[in-house]
Amino acid sequence: MTAQTVQRGDLVTVIGLEVHVQLETETKIFCGCPTAQTDEPNTNVCPVCLGLPGALPVLNETAVEAAVKIGKAIDASIPEETRFHRKNYYYPDLPKNFQITQYDEPICQDGELEIAVEGERRTITIERAHLEEDPGSLQHVGGGGGIDTAEYTLVNYNRAGVPLMEIVTAPDFRTAAEARAFLAELEEVLEYLGVFDAGRDGSLRVDANLSIVDGEEVDDEGRIGTEALEAANRTEVKNISSHKGAEKALAYEETRQRNAIQRGRVVEQETRHWDESRGITVSMRSKEAEKDYRYFREADLPPLRVSHWKDEIPIPELPTARRERFREEYALGEEAASKLTSTKQVADFYEDVAREFDPDLAATWVADELLGELNYRDLEITDVAGRLDAVHRLIELVDGDEITAKNAREVVLRGMLDDGDDPDEIVEREGLGKTGADEVEQAVLEAIEENPEAVADHEAGEAGAINFLVGQVMAKTGGSADPGDVNGLLREELE
Amino acid sequence: MTERTTAVDAEEVRHVASLARVDLADDEVGRFAEQFEDILTYFERLDEVPEVDHDADLTNVMRPDEPRECLETDAALENAADTEDGFFKGPNVS
Amino acid sequence: MSVNAFITETELEGTDEGPLSGRTVAVKDNISTAGVRTTCGSKMLAEYVPPYDATVVERLKAAGATIVGKTNMDEFGMGTTTETSHFGSTDNPAAPGHVPGGSSGGSAAAVAAGEADLALGSDTGGSIRCPAAFCGVVGIKPTYGLVSRYGLVAYGNSLEQIGPFAQTVEDAAALLDVIAGPDERDATTREAPDGEGTYADAADGDVDGLSVGIPTELLEGADQGVIDAFEETVETLESAGATTREVCLPSVGHAVSAYYVIAMSEASSNLARFDGVRYGHSSDAGGNWNDAFGRTRAEGFGDEVKRRILLGTYALSAGYHDKYYKKAQDARAWVTRDFDEAFDEVDVLASPTMPVPPFELGESLDDPLQLYLADANTVPVNLANLPAISVPAGETNGLPVGVQFIGPAFGERRIVRTASAL
Repeated sequence: MTAQTVQRGDLVTVIGLEVHVQLETETKIFCGCPTAQTDEPNTNVCPVCLGLPGALPVLNETAVEAAVKIGKAIDASIPEETRFHRKNYYYPDLPKNFQITQYDEPICQDGELEIAVEGERRTITIERAHLEEDPGSLQHVGGGGGIDTAEYTLVNYNRAGVPLMEIVTAPDFRTAAEARAFLAELEEVLEYLGVFDAGRDGSLRVDANLSIVDGEEVDDEGRIGTEALEAANRTEVKNISSHKGAEKALAYEETRQRNAIQRGRVVEQETRHWDESRGITVSMRSKEAEKDYRYFREADLPPLRVSHWKDEIPIPELPTARRERFREEYALGEEAASKLTSTKQVADFYEDVAREFDPDLAATWVADELLGELNYRDLEITDVAGRLDAVHRLIELVDGDEITAKNAREVVLRGMLDDGDDPDEIVEREGLGKTGADEVEQAVLEAIEENPEAVADHEAGEAGAINFLVGQVMAKTGGSADPGDVNGLLREELE
Repeated sequence: MTERTTAVDAEEVRHVASLARVDLADDEVGRFAEQFEDILTYFERLDEVPEVDHDADLTNVMRPDEPRECLETDAALENAADTEDGFFKGPNVS
Repeated sequence: MSVNAFITETELEGTDEGPLSGRTVAVKDNISTAGVRTTCGSKMLAEYVPPYDATVVERLKAAGATIVGKTNMDEFGMGTTTETSHFGSTDNPAAPGHVPGGSSGGSAAAVAAGEADLALGSDTGGSIRCPAAFCGVVGIKPTYGLVSRYGLVAYGNSLEQIGPFAQTVEDAAALLDVIAGPDERDATTREAPDGEGTYADAADGDVDGLSVGIPTELLEGADQGVIDAFEETVETLESAGATTREVCLPSVGHAVSAYYVIAMSEASSNLARFDGVRYGHSSDAGGNWNDAFGRTRAEGFGDEVKRRILLGTYALSAGYHDKYYKKAQDARAWVTRDFDEAFDEVDVLASPTMPVPPFELGESLDDPLQLYLADANTVPVNLANLPAISVPAGETNGLPVGVQFIGPAFGERRIVRTASAL
């Protein structure tokens, strides 16, 4: 952690995150029901995930593999033996009125993740990450549909049993922006691992703890003692479902607490609900207190001994490492390298093109042209996965000097994205193919013959004369010749 | 009678009953408090038990990530007291 | 004359020809049967109809058995007399006016009364062996992990197994042959180590050279009539060529405490799902979810179930977890170690199944602790995950007595062989 200068009397914001991410598996964590999203309620359900009397959980191996991959990516230790526990509390979204989760023997312990905020790199400690089952989902009906005003609840258990990884950080964040940067980096890593789909509704859910402590409690390393943290009243903010939401909710909560302290009021230790539409946090009736969860071992699931999987399961190169490699291997700048590793699909596509063509040209075309056009259309690279071959072909055309960069960008790329046409078709239809060499040479000879004065001026050393001749050739070729090439040819002929 | 270290009062019975979501009438609270006193006093003999380690003899039981047939929604909802449009209908959570 | 062995009578024909073709089987009412209500002896599930079959029910059907009904039981398996059932008590066909034992009293009574050839029960702390002993029939509690629990409504899930009842050791073993074996739906099941032939084949009565250990602790406090019947049994085994010796199990004095703490703790969690939303009784009282769940559970559960849920909640709660639940786990490991050491010296262990003959109906309901203490001989076996069989061993004052043989893990053949010598 970077040392921060803290003045006596300053108030320091302390934030810790509990991030729940849905793991990408075919089936639920303890039964064979599909995890695929569906609009029809209670269709992906069976005796196990409905908690019917007598049903038993059986652990999905792919979920455990995903957990091990995450552990590897965050450099966590995978203990020799890890187990499942029951967390006992009542809530209508919980089919068994207990949640199968991990308690004192989580599958990942002591990891870390590096983030960059405004160019400054920081390492965030990840205390633990564990597997658990997702509850079902509730709709609050009547009384305006608010959680606190509804008349009854509709329950859908399609989501119940989707595998979740809960990733718990140390209270290492000092600003809402840092928390947001962490979530973005984490998501990127998880997508690189292929264990997570950010595009899925509700695939990321965050609970955040926020408290304000006196600056005096911060030591030279920027750390805050456990006692001071425990002494400070903190709120747990729930119902955050995006990076942006996290930043907004935490900024709101930070201001709320600082205002309270400035007015001499005590911040209450409580759970608060982030109301995205109103942009505020509201006090929420808590379920059970931590001490009332009555955790105990889940005897229906034998313990796991999978620490050796860490050596056996490969994981792909992660964003940070890839960024560094891109800078070295392709001589890219920080910004380009960063853009080109923003998602695994972008980085894979870049490497695909950079290996074949000039890496600089490839960088311009992927990072600036392609991502720029996609961004303009509010699309992700995954949305045009089927068009990447065409983009590849377009870069080939540019690299081979068969069309001009301007035409490639303004006509072909846009046409490809908007109308789904092939680059070659567009070039043909619009007559954008660079004019053949013979035709250009012919035009050069004609221009020299038709403009003796300009030739004389050139021979007399007048710099502008050659530009006039280039213009004549361009006019003869309808603009499809390359001005640089024309310039060269003219000079050759005139010598 | 030996000295008791466990005393279960009505308040404690009410507390666990609320954690377990079992409403109790006052006379039930009194009766359970008395019985719990007897039973928990008997359980005190566990204090003498030494720490004994026991290794699990079964580990790593997992299933492949392959879909199995789900229940039809009608069958899933069949035993519910109240349903609406394919949902289970439950009390509000406020 | 009916003894009220069944909560629901039915007739589910087997789907195939098989080893149980032509045999009728009664199934305890905590084992799920698709399309046939499965009440667990509780008002809570009085109208609950499972949409799926328990694995053992699938295996019964595939073996050609005809399921004739769902049998009466103590509510959710919590009892030693079958008197905590919401559906009334069951009379003991072998000792009318007395309890059939519990919690699988209906299954034992159905077999004893000839209302079914065979029956399935479940045994969390003696719930097969106790009623087998009280009704004068044979009952087997298999090694934990031999028989699938998929579809068995959980009470104490780390302790319980489904097992057979029959009039003879060989019939009980044959039913075990049908239901035993790993199940991909129960992660705690596994393949038993290879043995010679079927369990039924082991009922050959050959105990020549067998060494039988008698844990002195399990005779302490037993009724004299029960001890006399037990000693006669021991003599019978000796005359068939077995040798007997006393062994020590110093930990078993803590077994009842450990068993009840673990079973109640697990029950408090296993029975949490009954909240009236997805299935089961749902209170009309209204209110928010806390109020509705609290009323539903108050109305749906009987006294003994409430008692165990509350005590289990207490044992797991903050401040008491280490004192009760953790200590009970230590005691469980200690009991397991004691048995391991005993089986280094002897082949099987023998004791009276129950220290007392059957109680009179209505006699024992008021003092829960005294009733718990009656399980002293059966619960150590569940704590140690071991197999045990109860077989009839004569009578005392006209009341049936049972003797229990305990084997090492997956030693079902050994206890079947021993029991078949009587």
